[in-house]
Amino acid sequence: MTIRVLKPGLSTTVQDGGRYGYTHLGISPAGAADSLSLRIANLLVGNGEYAPALEMTLLGASLEFEEGAVVAVSGAQCDCKAGQNKVRANEAVEIAAGSVLQCGSMTDGARCYLSIRGGLDVPLVMGSASTDVRGQFGGFEGRRLKSGDVLRVGKSRATEVRRPAGVLEEVRSSGPVRVTRGAQNDWFSHEMYAKLLSTPYQVTEQSDRAGLRLQGEAVSPSEKTQLLTDGIPLGAIQVPQSGQPIILLVDQQTTGGYPKIANIITADMHRIGQLRPRHQVRFAEVSIADAVEALRHQELWLKGIFVT
Amino acid sequence: MKIIPASDSSLLVVFGNTISPDVQQRVLALFHALQANQDSRIRNLHPAYASLLIDFDPLLMTHEDLAMFVESVADNRQPAVAEGHALRKIPVCYDAEFGPDLPDVAAHARLPIDEVIRLHASATYQVCFLGFTVGFAYLGGLPEVLHTPRLATPRRTVAAGSIGIAGGQTGIYPTETPGGWRLIGRTPLRMFDPQAQPPTRLQAGDRVRFTSIDREAFERLRQERP
Repeated sequence: MTIRVLKPGLSTTVQDGGRYGYTHLGISPAGAADSLSLRIANLLVGNGEYAPALEMTLLGASLEFEEGAVVAVSGAQCDCKAGQNKVRANEAVEIAAGSVLQCGSMTDGARCYLSIRGGLDVPLVMGSASTDVRGQFGGFEGRRLKSGDVLRVGKSRATEVRRPAGVLEEVRSSGPVRVTRGAQNDWFSHEMYAKLLSTPYQVTEQSDRAGLRLQGEAVSPSEKTQLLTDGIPLGAIQVPQSGQPIILLVDQQTTGGYPKIANIITADMHRIGQLRPRHQVRFAEVSIADAVEALRHQELWLKGIFVT
Repeated sequence: MKIIPASDSSLLVVFGNTISPDVQQRVLALFHALQANQDSRIRNLHPAYASLLIDFDPLLMTHEDLAMFVESVADNRQPAVAEGHALRKIPVCYDAEFGPDLPDVAAHARLPIDEVIRLHASATYQVCFLGFTVGFAYLGGLPEVLHTPRLATPRRTVAAGSIGIAGGQTGIYPTETPGGWRLIGRTPLRMFDPQAQPPTRLQAGDRVRFTSIDREAFERLRQERP
C-alpha cells in the first residue's frame, strides 16, 4: 500500500520516537517534536505508540491513498478533509481507496501528526525511522517530503480502532511551562533567574526543530568566564551573549558553550514542540522530584485513556 | 568530580574546567565504562572536554541511583591510556582554495604558510569528543603557535571535509554546515556515513595525524571513496 504526496506542506518529515545512543557521535535524537501527539495518533489506529508517522509543520500535506487506510491526526488543530468529509482530530478515521487527504493550516499549534495503520515503512538508520534533516539521513531519503514522493505503509494486524476513554484535549494544558534548574543555574544571580521565571517570552521566527529562539527580558550570567563546551540535555534553556534564551529541541546540537539556566521538564516538552512564532511562553520552577512525578502522571494518564 | 542534575532526566559529571589531557582521560574512562555497561536505562552520553552528560529514563532510575553508580565506576577505574587508542591518518589538501584562512593563520602566527602547514601536519592530535553537529570531532593537541581566534562572522556554508582552527582547537567538518572556524584545508575522506557502523570515521579518544596531499591526490581519493 502506498501514499502519494500531492503537496508536501511547509515542512513534513517522517518521525518516530527518536534516535538514541548516538549523541556521543554528535547525532541529535530527532524524533517527533511533540512525541505525546505522535503516540496518541499511533495508539488511535492500533500501531505501536512510536511507529513512524508524518510530522507536519504549520501547513499540512495533501496525500493520495492508493488503497483504503485507517488514519488519525493529533497535535495542533488542523483542518483536514478526506474528499468532502471533515476528518476529526484524535479519532481513527477510514480513508477510502483513491481518495485524497488534505491537511490545511494549523491554528493553535505548530505541529500535527498523521499516523497510518501499519506505520510508514522506511529503512531504519541507527535504529530509528526519524528524519535528520541537517545530517540528511533517516526518514524518507533523509529529507522533507516533496510533491511526487511515494511513501510505503507497513502491514498491520490491528483490526479495531481504539477509542480514547477520556478527553484528549485536556493534555493541552495552559499555564506556565515547568522547568528545573539548569547545570549552570548558579552562574546567574537570583534577580536574573527571577526575571526568567516572572516575565513572558515570545517565540521568534528564528525557531525550528533544533531550537526555539525567544525574545524578552535579557538574562545575563554574572560569571564573565566562558563556559567550556559541555553536553546539552533536551529542553535546555541556554543563554547566549545577547541574553535572549534559546530552548533546545529534538534536532538540538549535542554539545555547546552557552550556560544553561534552566531545563524544560520532560512532561512539558510536548508543549514546547507546539509553540509557534509569536506565541508567548512563561516559565515556572518545580523540583526534580515534582518533574518526575508529572511525567509518571502523564504516562499513567495516557495508558488509562487507551485501556482496552 | 562534581555531579550536577542538569534536567529531570540527565546528570552532568564535571571533572574540571580546563582542557587538559588528564581531565580528558577521566572523561573518556567514565564514558567507556558506561558504554561497556550497556544499561538500557541510560539513553545517551555526551562526552565533552571536561564533563560527561548522561541522559537516562527517570521513570526507571533516579538521579541518586545514577550518581552512586557513577561514583563507584569513576573511583574504581584506571584512566584509559591514550596509547591504547587507534591512530587515524587523515589526508589533507592544504590548497589555497580549501584553506581560505591560511594567510590569516600564518599572519597571526608570524610564520610562512608552508610552515603553518608543516606544523599542522606534524602534530599528533587526540579526539577529545564528537559534538555540536553530526560527527564533528574536536581535536586537542594543536601546536600553540597555530592557535588563532575563530572568525568574527561565521560563514554561511562550510564544505564537508573542511579542516578548521578555532582558538586552541582544530577539527573537521563532516557535513556541509555553517561555521566560524578558520579553514586551512580539506580532506577527501568521507568522515560521516549514516549506513556505516560506526557511522563516524573518528571516535572519542582516537589519535589523529594529518598528512599533506596535493590537489591531484585529493581528487583521486575523492573519486575512489565509496
